Amino acid sequence: MRNPVLNIRNVTKHFGAVKALTNVSFSLSRGEIHALCGENGAGKSTLMNIIAGVLQPDEGEIVLEGKTVKIGSPAAAQSLGLGLVHQEIALCPDASVAENIFMATTSRQRSLLMNYRKLEREAQDVMNRLAPIDVRRKVGDLPISSQQLVEIAKALTLDCRVLIFDEPTAALTEAETRILFEIIRGLKANGISIIYISHRMAEIFDLCDRVTVLRDGHHVSTEPVADLKPDDVVRLMVGREITQLYPPKQPAGERSHEVVLSVRALGDDHRFDCVNIELMKGEILGIGGLIGSGRTEIAEGICGLRAITSGEILLHGKPQAIRNYADAVNAGLVYLSEDRKGSGVFLDLSIAQNISVLNLDALTGRLGLIDAGAEAKLASDFARKLNIRMGSVDAPVSSLSGGNQQKVAIAKQLAVQPKVIVMDEPTRGIDVGAKSEIHSLLRELASSGIGIIVISSELPELLGLCDRVIVIREGTVAGELDAEAMSEEAVIRLASGVNAQNSQNRLASEHAA
Amino acid sequence: MLAETMGTKAVRAPSWKRLGSMREAGLVAIILALCIAMSFASPHFLTLGNFRAMLMSFSVEGIVVVGMTILLIVGGIDLAVGSVVCFAMVLSGSLFLAGLDPWSASLIGILASALIGAVMGFFVTVVGLNHFITSLAGMVIVRGLCLIITKGTPLSLFTLPPAFKAVGQGSFHGLPYVIIIFVAVVVLFDFLLRRATALRKVFYTGSNEKAALYSGIRTNYVKFWVTVLCSTLAGFAGVIYMSRFGAATPTFGVGMELNIIAAAVIGGASLNGGSGTILGAILGIALLSVVTSSLVLLNVSVYWQDMIKGCILLGAVSIDHFLHKRKAS
Ligand SMILES: Nc1ncnc2c1ncn2[C@@H]1O[C@H](COP(=O)(O)OP(=O)(O)OP(=O)(O)O)[C@@H](O)[C@H]1O
Ligand SMILES: [Mg+2]
Repeated sequence: MRNPVLNIRNVTKHFGAVKALTNVSFSLSRGEIHALCGENGAGKSTLMNIIAGVLQPDEGEIVLEGKTVKIGSPAAAQSLGLGLVHQEIALCPDASVAENIFMATTSRQRSLLMNYRKLEREAQDVMNRLAPIDVRRKVGDLPISSQQLVEIAKALTLDCRVLIFDEPTAALTEAETRILFEIIRGLKANGISIIYISHRMAEIFDLCDRVTVLRDGHHVSTEPVADLKPDDVVRLMVGREITQLYPPKQPAGERSHEVVLSVRALGDDHRFDCVNIELMKGEILGIGGLIGSGRTEIAEGICGLRAITSGEILLHGKPQAIRNYADAVNAGLVYLSEDRKGSGVFLDLSIAQNISVLNLDALTGRLGLIDAGAEAKLASDFARKLNIRMGSVDAPVSSLSGGNQQKVAIAKQLAVQPKVIVMDEPTRGIDVGAKSEIHSLLRELASSGIGIIVISSELPELLGLCDRVIVIREGTVAGELDAEAMSEEAVIRLASGVNAQNSQNRLASEHAA
Repeated sequence: MLAETMGTKAVRAPSWKRLGSMREAGLVAIILALCIAMSFASPHFLTLGNFRAMLMSFSVEGIVVVGMTILLIVGGIDLAVGSVVCFAMVLSGSLFLAGLDPWSASLIGILASALIGAVMGFFVTVVGLNHFITSLAGMVIVRGLCLIITKGTPLSLFTLPPAFKAVGQGSFHGLPYVIIIFVAVVVLFDFLLRRATALRKVFYTGSNEKAALYSGIRTNYVKFWVTVLCSTLAGFAGVIYMSRFGAATPTFGVGMELNIIAAAVIGGASLNGGSGTILGAILGIALLSVVTSSLVLLNVSVYWQDMIKGCILLGAVSIDHFLHKRKAS
C-alpha cells in the first residue's frame, strides 16, 4: 500500500499460557479508515493496546512513518500521535466531563495553574460536536452512552496521527453513531488514519476502506472493503458460514394469551409514569426508545433496583411485593445491567464465582456450604454453551476479552433459571457468531416458558429477535408494534414522537437533553 | 456447535498448579528461609521453647487477624480492634471484681464487643460513613471507655479461679490451650471462607458492591455483620488475654491494629476489598512474629525494631505486588 503510516511487524503476545497474538502483521495507510474484525477474544483489543502503549509485545516491532519505535507507556503513545478510545470506559467518575476530556492534555501542559473557565469552554466546544452534554456534570451521573461520547471527545482533543476506536458504537444509539461517523470522515479528510473495531458489519461497510480480520490471534486477511461482502467477512472471522442471523419467530398461530409478567401503572414520580407492560408466555418482548427515554429506569423499577411510588407488578397473575433486588430474584425476576463493568461482573473474582452468584442457594448444600464441584460444572456448562473463550473457570473475569466478559454476565442470569429475564443491551460487544448463538438460546428459553424482555438500541436486533416491541418515550409507553407492524421507521417514529420525515434530525438532537 | 469448533477449554487448573500459584507458598518460603538463617545466627532460635513462645505470642493476635481479614475482604477496615481487645478485657475483669463469675463476665465482655461492632456497623451501613473514619472514632471512644471503666489504673485479677486461668495459661498434653483455640478458629474460618455461602457474599460485596447489589445480595447486611464479627473476635481475644495475663491494663493493645492490618496485607488481603485468605493472613502474622523474635535474639535495640518491621512490611508487599504483576502480563 502507498504511504503506510504505521506498520506492525510479527507481533506476538502471551498472557501466561494464553497466546493472544501470534505473529501478527498489519499496516495502516495515511488517511484510511481501516476496520479490524474478529470474534470475541481474537486479539483485537490486545493489538490496539500494544499500539497505544498499554501493553508491551513479547516479540515483533512497530514502525511509525519508517522509524522503529518503542512505545513504553500510554503517554509515550500520545506524544507519538497515537490515540486510543478504549473498549472499556476508563473515565474518572467523580470528575466533571470537562476535567475528563482534558485529562490527557493537562498532564502535558506546562503552566502550573489550571484555567478552568477556558478549559470548560473548550471542552464544551469539543463535546458539542458529538452531543450537547453539559461539561460541568459529573461523569458518574451520566448514562453509559453519554460516558462513551465523553470518552470519544477526550480522544478528539489529542493531536493524533493515528486514532483507534475500539468498539465505540457498542454503547451508542443509531443517531449518535451517525454523528460519530461524520466526525470520523472529517478526521480522515484531514489526513488522520483511523483503525475502527466493530462487530457490526453494516458499520464497517458504511465507513471503512479496508478490513483486516484476526482469528484466534492470527492475521487472516486484509482486503479492500469494496472487494468483499458482509458474509465474506463473517466467514473469514468465524471460519465457517453463518446462514441465519436470527432464530425464527413465534408462529402467529401459537401465540399464547397467558400473561407471565404484567406491569400496571408503574411510576416513580421522577423518570417514568403510568407504564403498562404485559409479557405473554413464550414471547420475546422488545423495548425500544432513545437513550434517556426511561427504558433502563423502567426496567430497574420493575426489578426493585429503583424505588417505585405507584403501580403494581404481577407474576403469573400474582401481585409481587418487590422492595429490593433480592426480592425480585426470589420472585424469579432477574435483570442484566447495561453497565457491564460497573454493575454486571466481578472483575477480580473467578469466572465460576461470577456465573454462580445469582444461583448460590441452589449450589448450597446442608450446613450452608457451597458445592464447589457443582459450581465448577455449572460454569463449565455455560462457558461451553455460550462459547466463552477462557483459560479455565478459575481464571478471573478481568482476564477475558470484553465480549467474553459480557457472555459471563449473561451466563450469570441464565444460570438461575428465572421466570422472567429483563436484559438491557444484552449483546453489546458480542461477535456475530456468538450473538446468533445467544439469540437462539433466548428463543429456546422463551419457548420453554421463560418470559424475556430485551432492551436494545440496535434496531436490527430489536426487529430481528423480538415478537413484539414496545417503544418508550419520555418515561411512558409511546406505542406497541406487533410482528406485522414492526419496522425501523415505525420504531423511530414512535421513539421520537414526530412523523417520519424529520424524525432523523430530531433523533440527533434529543438524546442528551 | 460453536463450542465444538472453538474447542473451549472449560477445565479447572490441576490442583498442584493452583497450589504453586498461591501466594501462601511464597510466604512459607520466606518464613522458612528466615528460620534457617536464624538457626545459624542464634543457638536459642531453633528450640522448642522459642517456637512455643512465638506461637503463643501470635496465637491470640491471630484470632483478631481472622476477623480483620474478612473485614478487609468486604472492603472495610477496623482501626478499633486494639481498643476493643482491651475493652473486653477490662470490662470482664471489672465485672469479675464486682463479684460475677469469670465465665459470665467474659461472655458479657464478648457480647459488649459485638455491640460496639454493631454500632460501628450502623454508622457504616445506615448513616453511610466509611469504615476508616467510623473505626478511627471507635478506636478513640472505646479507649476512653477502657480508661473510664478502670479509672486509669490496671486491674489485678490474681483471684481468678484456676479453671479460668487455665484457658490462657494451661496446656493439654504439653499443647497450650491458647494454641488449640487459635488453630480451631483459623481452621474453622479458613474453611468457611472457602466454602460457606454466607462468606462468599463477602467476596462479592468487596469485589464490586454495585454488581453484588445487582445480584440480589443485601450488601449493607453483609457489611454490617462482618463488622460485628470482627469486633466479636477482638472481644474474644480480649478475654483470652485476660485469662493469660491475670490482669487487665487500660492501655493494652495500643497500636495492635496496625500489626493486625499489616499481617493481613502481607498475607494478600487487598485494602480495596475482594481478595484475601485466612491462611495468608496467619502466615503474615507468623512472619512478623518470627522477625520480632529474631530481632530480640539478635539483641537488636528496641529502638530499631519498629523501623525494621516497617521495612519488612514494605518489602513483603512490594515483592508480592511485583510477582503478581509479572504473572498477569
Ligand atoms: N490481562 C489478561 N490476562 C490474561 N488473558 C488475557 C488478558 N487480556 C486479554 N487476554 C486474553 O487474550 C485474548 C484476546 O483478548 P482481546 O481482548 O484482545 O480480544 P478482542 O478481540 O478484543 O475481543 P472482544 O471482541 O471480545 O473485545 C483473549 O483470549 C483474552 O482472554
Ligand atoms: Mg476487545
